[in-house]
Amino acid sequence: MFMQHFINALGLGSLYGLIAIGYTMVYGILRLINFAHGDIFMLGAYFVFFATIQYKLPWALGVFIAVMGAILSGLLVDLIAYKPLRDAPRISALISAIGVSFFIENASMVAFTARPQAVIQPKQLVEAFSVGDIRLVPLNIIVPAISFVLVGMLLWMIYRTKRGLAMRSISHDIETTRLMGVSVNRIIALTFAIGSGLAAVAGIMWALRYPKVEPLMGFTPGFKAFIAAVFGGVGSVPGAMLGGLALGFIEIMSVAFFPTLSGYKDAFAFVLLVIILLVKPTGLMGEKSEDKI
Amino acid sequence: MMSASSGNRIRNNILTLAAAALLAVSLWLAPKYLDGYKIRIINLIAINAILGLSLNLIYGMAGMFSLGHAGFMAIGAYVSALLILTPEQKSMMWILDPIAPWLLNLHAPFYVSLLLAGIAAAFFGWLISLPILRLGGDYLGIATLGFSEILRILIANLTPITNGPIGLKGIPAHTNLWVSYGCLLVLLIAVIRLMGSNFGNVMRAVRDDEIAAETMGINTFRTKALAFTIGCFGAGVGGALMGNIITTIDAKMFTITQTYNILMIVVIGGLGSITGSILGSVIITTMLEWLRFVENPITIGAFKMDGKPGMRMVIFSILLVAVIIFRREGIMGMREFSWDWILSRPAAIRNRFASGETPKGGDLNG
Repeated sequence: MFMQHFINALGLGSLYGLIAIGYTMVYGILRLINFAHGDIFMLGAYFVFFATIQYKLPWALGVFIAVMGAILSGLLVDLIAYKPLRDAPRISALISAIGVSFFIENASMVAFTARPQAVIQPKQLVEAFSVGDIRLVPLNIIVPAISFVLVGMLLWMIYRTKRGLAMRSISHDIETTRLMGVSVNRIIALTFAIGSGLAAVAGIMWALRYPKVEPLMGFTPGFKAFIAAVFGGVGSVPGAMLGGLALGFIEIMSVAFFPTLSGYKDAFAFVLLVIILLVKPTGLMGEKSEDKI
Repeated sequence: MMSASSGNRIRNNILTLAAAALLAVSLWLAPKYLDGYKIRIINLIAINAILGLSLNLIYGMAGMFSLGHAGFMAIGAYVSALLILTPEQKSMMWILDPIAPWLLNLHAPFYVSLLLAGIAAAFFGWLISLPILRLGGDYLGIATLGFSEILRILIANLTPITNGPIGLKGIPAHTNLWVSYGCLLVLLIAVIRLMGSNFGNVMRAVRDDEIAAETMGINTFRTKALAFTIGCFGAGVGGALMGNIITTIDAKMFTITQTYNILMIVVIGGLGSITGSILGSVIITTMLEWLRFVENPITIGAFKMDGKPGMRMVIFSILLVAVIIFRREGIMGMREFSWDWILSRPAAIRNRFASGETPKGGDLNG
């Protein structure tokens, strides 16, 4: 029984982690909470839903379209709503982000209707098999596996390639990086593209796990993933994954062992957020930053 | 010189009194000529102005980015509703779980409940401010949003006190034009006096440069906590008024969308401007109602369009982003309304045409 919960928590946690990476990368570079990130996650899920279920395309093509669509949406959001505000006070960009998030949610409600729609899971993914006395669903193994592979690739990119170096450099000092001849805007766009792509992957797996899509499905996972990013230390990719996993375990285990608390499930993340912000605002793996006078 | 300025002051006071009298007469005449729907919108303008002013006090004037307004409204709305509902109504309503015994016979008249709603929200705000006001900028926004969400989840689950997901129904519609505009007037005078006082200056100093303010010997933490608490009081009263006009409240009413609407009022009106919040409330409230037509089915000749729920907010979110990108200071910026400015307009326009100069940005404080 414990193993069952463990695998559940691993799946949920790695999904939170994947979304959290998008938050943490954008925050690390622009010091902006990309409120629309949860909605990009939702768009990814919808794109795959339309491609595979409405238009009956094969899953591989559907996933490709969904990821590309989400990347495009992420880049558009940056171009329209954030780029004009690079030199504005940070709070202005944050308000713009909230506006964009509301725009995507409501526009999706207009375009896709507010009604949740069922996602038909491919048979191979949900046929359970047994290992010893544990019943496993392939989906629950695939979700964390894909997540960890993607995070591994991302870490390689950040720490072993030139673009990754540029990214880390921008997060330290954007002006100096620009003077060193790095085209900052392109690296920022790349960051948004990577974050949105990962969010789309998470959205697709989320849609398969809880087989439905709806326009507001991004808000709660998005917010929790943000909390995971804060917990892990904003700006740190391994931290985001760690935070996501921690959050997944807290949620699944507390409901598993204290079923009476299930109504309060969504509140745990917020309580965790408040505690972290009070005890260690830099998170588990975050860098200490001091306000300059 | 002296006599001219005191003459101006007397003139301005007379104009203010005249405007107040005009408002009172129109409030008195309104129910005779307008239908219930329009009266409700006029009420909502005042309530939204109260909410906008209180958020503006926290964010625009004291510089604390708070996204928790809906939570404090919820506290106000629930406290007021639980006090107004009679024991008979309460014993009928709690069907999932029995109501907490101490709550059943708790009863208070409307005005007392309004005051207690504000006090409860302010107390909560004060309690929350102690830990979280140490955070700055966007982290504060996220933490307050987190608190607001926790509160909403608590309301949906603490059935013995809040009747859980069913919410509270049959709240008597005590809010009328006199009540809502009376509350707005009281808050307006209080905020104007506050901003004119030394505490107002201290608040602005903390907003503009916290470190500088601290080195000047200002207790920045206490200043922020006080401003936050006062703002939460306003949110509580606003929430209570809202509950008493809609007559039904539940946890779903107080989501981030609610906070978002108020934030929009404050940003579009102008951060830090009292006049701006009131203008913002008039504009946003009427537009939110007027734009309902885009969500209704439209028929133009043979062309039929189904109602699209959500369309209103699509238009509004575009508006908000556009305002932030193209006119960050909103309508008023940090300026305030003054009679001197209004009365100097005709002459200013005449001068502009006479001299043929390109128009410059007006100086409202002039």
